Amino acid sequence: MSELSARDKKAGEARGEGAALSIGGHFRGHLREYGMLLALVVIMVFFQIVTDGTLMRPVNLTNLILQNSYIVIMALGMLLVIVAGHIDLSVGSVVGFIGAVAAVMLVHYELPALFVIPACLVLGIAIGAAQGYWIAYWRIPSFIVTLAGMLVFRGLTLWVLQGQSVGPFPRSFQLLSTGFVPDLFGPDRPNITAILLGAATAAAIVFLAMRNRRRHVQYGIEDEPFAFFVAKNGLIAAAIVFLSYMLATYRGFPNVLITMAVLTAIYTFITNSTTLGRRIYALGGNEKAAKLSGIQTERLTFLTFANMGMLAALAGLIFAARLNTATPKAGVAFELDVIAAVFIGGASMSGGVGKIVGAVVGAFIMGVMNNGMSILGIGIDYQQVIKGLVLLAAVIFDVYNKNKSS
Amino acid sequence: MESILEMRGITKSFPGVKALDDVNLKVARGEIHALVGENGAGKSTLMKVLSGVYPHGSYEGEITFEGKPVAFSGIADSERVGIIIIHQELALVPLLSIAENIFLGNEIVRGGVIDWPETNARTEKLLRKVGLDERPSALVDTLGVGKQQLVEIAKALSKEVKLLILDEPTAALQENDSQKLLDLLLEFKAQGISSILISHKLNEVSRVADSITVLRDGRTVSTLDCHSEAISEERIIRDMVGRDMAHRYPERTPRIGETLLEVKDWNVWHPLHADRQVIRNASLKVAAGEIVGIAGLMGSGRTELAMSLFGRSYGRNISGTVRLRGQEIDVSTVGRAIDAGIAYVTEDRKALGLILEEDVLRNTTLANLARVSRSGVINDAEERQVAEGYRRRLGVRTPTVFQKVMNLSGGNQQKVVLAKWLFTEPEVLILDEPTRGIDVGAKFEIYNIMNELADEGKGVIMISSEMPELLGMCDRIYVMNEGAIQGELSRDEASQEKIMSMIVRSKENV
Repeated sequence: MSELSARDKKAGEARGEGAALSIGGHFRGHLREYGMLLALVVIMVFFQIVTDGTLMRPVNLTNLILQNSYIVIMALGMLLVIVAGHIDLSVGSVVGFIGAVAAVMLVHYELPALFVIPACLVLGIAIGAAQGYWIAYWRIPSFIVTLAGMLVFRGLTLWVLQGQSVGPFPRSFQLLSTGFVPDLFGPDRPNITAILLGAATAAAIVFLAMRNRRRHVQYGIEDEPFAFFVAKNGLIAAAIVFLSYMLATYRGFPNVLITMAVLTAIYTFITNSTTLGRRIYALGGNEKAAKLSGIQTERLTFLTFANMGMLAALAGLIFAARLNTATPKAGVAFELDVIAAVFIGGASMSGGVGKIVGAVVGAFIMGVMNNGMSILGIGIDYQQVIKGLVLLAAVIFDVYNKNKSS
Repeated sequence: MESILEMRGITKSFPGVKALDDVNLKVARGEIHALVGENGAGKSTLMKVLSGVYPHGSYEGEITFEGKPVAFSGIADSERVGIIIIHQELALVPLLSIAENIFLGNEIVRGGVIDWPETNARTEKLLRKVGLDERPSALVDTLGVGKQQLVEIAKALSKEVKLLILDEPTAALQENDSQKLLDLLLEFKAQGISSILISHKLNEVSRVADSITVLRDGRTVSTLDCHSEAISEERIIRDMVGRDMAHRYPERTPRIGETLLEVKDWNVWHPLHADRQVIRNASLKVAAGEIVGIAGLMGSGRTELAMSLFGRSYGRNISGTVRLRGQEIDVSTVGRAIDAGIAYVTEDRKALGLILEEDVLRNTTLANLARVSRSGVINDAEERQVAEGYRRRLGVRTPTVFQKVMNLSGGNQQKVVLAKWLFTEPEVLILDEPTRGIDVGAKFEIYNIMNELADEGKGVIMISSEMPELLGMCDRIYVMNEGAIQGELSRDEASQEKIMSMIVRSKENV
């Protein structure tokens, strides 16, 4: 019997006896879900100690968010691609290419940012759609198509920029990345708006969790011990409020954090609650069965890649705005960080399994390690080795868990 | 006559099933011994025991080869003593040459390097022996099925073969290729090589076999000597199918209404080999409240017919018309077929029917998500009610609908697949081998569900390899073979003998 059914059985017995569920047992049952979050916390605490508190300084926290925003945003799209049973190797090059196109439009042609940003997003969709077309309708393996895309768009980046760096950008464009949400309550620190936003987010998360739990209890399918539920949501809410406060003592919420949070919420909703999301999981879980259930698998694959293109374009814009210049090297090897983040977050190479929250946590695990090791002055050589080992360890942990439970 | 092989009291059990029960097989030296029986009678299992696929110790009974008791722990062991099996699905590597395939894993090497001149010379000799006029360097990919079969035999001959086992060697072959292959067997016999021939084609069996062993339900029914008496096909058929039909099927009084589904002149070509017609001019009808069976052996085109009807999920150049209540309907995509009111429960539930990683709930609603959602957003509560409803109605044994289907038993998995298709509210349900691989109790429950559906006025088409099941359940049975519908039998006139003879004789009429 599997871990899942054993747990269900346990839950049933516990309900029958009217006894509280064992918190330890519940945690072991959801080891994979909480494990990654726990790993993130452990890694943060570890670096907080070894960097003598530098990691959690408001400036550094802000940096951490700015540095990782584009990886997180692409991880959202990559999760869908990987859940659908594919891979996209081209996103790093698309980041560079879109940055280059935006730079040329802004600097050489002096087009307004309000035109350039949507135009670049549309271009990103077109790039994703072009690759998705071959993958979905011609059944050419995504590995090959996007490997080709990786080369093509890296080359086009060089061509568009003529091998030069192009910048700086007008202020209106930079706001995309380096702007902050203005404080409505005056310029003093801490930033009251940020604190209120943080508190509101925490309250919303707790409210949604409670509503969900109430519904589960109503159906008699709740298997989370109440104490565990309170502790978990209390910790999450406290963490959000705490981080908001930290950010508020610096310059408040970066615009990019809002973008990231809103996108994460949207994609969580899509994957959890819409027919579209459900069908992507079905497609990745068993393409033939999905097709025989009347799902238009080709169109779904196509859309997944078009979506990835759009998010890669957004990441490209944010990255260029952050550096305030477009360089031919922008986005090199980003695809690897993004793919690693998704797999660290628990997605399965064979498709059908993975969560948005997991991918975001995975991206931050990579990000905190990058940041922490840089503060410590660890060379890029060791950083690569350590990141590689962490990726391997996360997947081994996954496989080990799976084997143990079956 | 001295016997080369004796298998005595072979019993092989799988969890829940006894696949072989005290089976005896005796093959004389230099004879062609035919092994016949229905699908699932245990022929392949017996041959797997013999060739060591099921190693010694995993079965009971003893095997004596050339007078010595043997205990194989793998195919390599049985090949070493000269028992070579050629499976129905050919085990050739398509993009390697004939010579490379023949000596694969058995290469002729000199100092670790393949000796190509020697390899090619030996290959040519072997090819002459089997009467195949091809260069040793030709890629297997470029050969037809018949020639590939000959390459397999040449490969067998490259080893020291004393007993050759052929599992349905002529199933995929054209008439003249089959004749050639049978002639080859007779030639081998003259050279003293014994063979075991597994075949459904009784005319072929009576042409070449020296003796025949009939298996049924995992037991040896009879061993017939073709030389001492003339064996009629009727005799063999009777032995193959004759079993008692107790009350294994729920009673039902059919109330048959108007014609629901009508398929006319359905033609389908193979998706890869454009010149191979898989379905020929098939026409059939299903009325409301009727359970119609499609009988036929594996490879007769039953599944291909169903899948091509269901949104052209198989084949190409499909032609023909489909009418529902007299109106022509569009079944060109799965979505349209579902909308038109057709549901198809696939033969292979794990590969084609279920998302194993997902739970009962998600599998239940997958084919009709629109019913539980508003503008693309799924209503959790409604979805759960639907899933719970079907769980109760079909009696799916699972602690919750949040159980992953991979953790359910075969019978319960099948009920989940049924739930998925019932939720699309079809008018006609096509069930492809709905009881394959599930236990007797679950079978009975599935039969009950089928009867209920028919009583609700739906049309049910049941495809099955198990003839007793068709006879027990169906109001009418179509018999398929070689992609064509060979005939139709009403409940009263249908019998296993009649179905079998329609199948085995259709070949001769072509």
